[in-house]
Amino acid sequence: MQIALFIEQILNGLQLGVMLFLMAAGLTLIFGVMGLINLAHGSLYMVGAFACAAVAAATGSFWLGLAASLAAAAAAGAIMEVLVIRRLYDRDHLDQVLATFALILVFSEATRWLFGSFPLYLDIPPLLQGTVPLPGGSRYQLYRLAIIGVGIAVAVGMYLLITKTRLGMRIRAGQSDRDMIGALGVDIRLLYTVVFAFGAALAGFAGALVGALQSVQVGMGEPVLILAFVVIVIGGIGSIKGALVGAILVGVTDTLGRFLLPQLFGLMMPPSQAGLVGGALASMLIYIVMAVILAVRPQGLFPAMKG
Amino acid sequence: MTISRETIINIVLALLLLAIPYAAIQFGNPFYVTLATRMAILGLAAVGLNIALGFGGLVSFGHAAFFGIGGYVAGILASHSLSGAPLNFGVFSVPGTNQMPVIWLVALVAGGLLAAAIGAISLRTSGVYFIMITLAFAQMTYYFAISWPAYGGEDGLSILVRNQFPGVNTMVPLNYFLVCYGVLMVGLLVSALIRDSRFGAALQAARQNEVRVASVGITPFRIRLVAFVISGMITALAGALYADLNRFVSPSMLSWHMSGEFIVLIILGGVGRLYGPVAGAMLFVMFEFLLGGMTERWQFFLGLILLGVVLFARGGLIGLIAGKPRHG
Repeated sequence: MQIALFIEQILNGLQLGVMLFLMAAGLTLIFGVMGLINLAHGSLYMVGAFACAAVAAATGSFWLGLAASLAAAAAAGAIMEVLVIRRLYDRDHLDQVLATFALILVFSEATRWLFGSFPLYLDIPPLLQGTVPLPGGSRYQLYRLAIIGVGIAVAVGMYLLITKTRLGMRIRAGQSDRDMIGALGVDIRLLYTVVFAFGAALAGFAGALVGALQSVQVGMGEPVLILAFVVIVIGGIGSIKGALVGAILVGVTDTLGRFLLPQLFGLMMPPSQAGLVGGALASMLIYIVMAVILAVRPQGLFPAMKG
Repeated sequence: MTISRETIINIVLALLLLAIPYAAIQFGNPFYVTLATRMAILGLAAVGLNIALGFGGLVSFGHAAFFGIGGYVAGILASHSLSGAPLNFGVFSVPGTNQMPVIWLVALVAGGLLAAAIGAISLRTSGVYFIMITLAFAQMTYYFAISWPAYGGEDGLSILVRNQFPGVNTMVPLNYFLVCYGVLMVGLLVSALIRDSRFGAALQAARQNEVRVASVGITPFRIRLVAFVISGMITALAGALYADLNRFVSPSMLSWHMSGEFIVLIILGGVGRLYGPVAGAMLFVMFEFLLGGMTERWQFFLGLILLGVVLFARGGLIGLIAGKPRHG
């Protein structure tokens, strides 16, 4: 039984990690190409979740909702880029932090305006309801497994996009020398908008997928955003490979920590106290891991060319 | 010696803040006294952050950690003073207290220690890394406060009776305002002394050109760490005052919205200006109050105003009125 529980926790950790990767990949891509730190990335995650919930509720189809989440988040991202973000590329990080912080306020309040303060609920699509057996006798939610599969597919797809396509080549060129690719006749403004909208779509997609597991509400993007920051700091800002490794590391560490630490302390102290100490420590664990990694490698695990 | 325009603005701001509560009482609106107290306390927190962010160029997105720890020091000491149970640290135990000077001292020490720990790791990095790491550490303290139920956990901790200052009845709003105003003025004095000292010159030089500072034999890391610690201490002190103002401490004091708000205060007022944080806090609290009175959706409009300030009004309020500083 213990083994089955352990496997279940590892899968939960992977699922969290995959979600974080979808968020972190967009963030790190935007930073790598445009040098921009975007706090409002969590708002795009929220936009995706709300679009999916609203469309799914109106049409009865989760899949249409999922498509809507991609479209809505990409559109919101493109509009955000053209109206605001574009003016921030040449500014220092302080201005970027503040402007995107302001965008969070605007997005959160606008969403509350449109949808009210009550959370929306999104059902798991019928196709993915049910469970699959795990070794050890327990069962695991099919939907969560599907999320892991989708995440891996996106990671592979991104790898192919960036290494094998013309757009990917331009993105890599933008990362290493943006003035040069502009001089070579690539429409850099359009490229930036495309990259930003692409990152936004990934975030919105993640929001929609998680929306079926949790309630869809204003502010849902912020905890994920901060975890995604931890991920890209660990992985090395600007590195997609780092984002993947960091995301899995953070997802698994966080989930296993919450599961194992209370038990570990249970060996040394009475159960009620062990739950307390273990729980408190588990909530801090990923930050401790981050601190240790940074103490050894200040630029993260896979330092990109630019800091 | 000629007095610069900025100095005149500073004096006007200080007098204006002092005048608000008296005018409020004169016109029979005592609620505004609390508003002015909020301005003074948030201003002090931002004065602390300004030492790191404005003078040192260290964009800390985690100052809520220090603000919160100051608040919890006030709340925890007060709750132990009320219950009479001593605080246990394993080998020794100390009684709680409801005396503000003692609480402030403990808040300064606690904030300083936390800032030393966070700074020692975070300052190994720079730029975006620094922003995100300070944010992450603040989140760590936030989640710790939520998951540690001894002092209220998620629900927070009430301070039943406001702590005391020798010879002052702090329950009278005007008295408490004056206490906070006094502390703010001391904080500004410290900030001015730092800015004009040799240490401050090195700190600002390290912001402008790190390599050059290192080449004349000054280690930027050490200077920045000291500045970060002082900055954290002042913000922690503001946190203790804030806890006493609301007579309530909760993890929301540690949340990243708080850290964001402090940065907003500084930008609104003007980065690196001595009185920038005060001007920013006065503007922010006023916006919050006026917009909050007009519409439930005030955060939406606050967001738009902030966007406008970042995109079009660089230099903040003081920059707008006093023009460019003489030294960039």
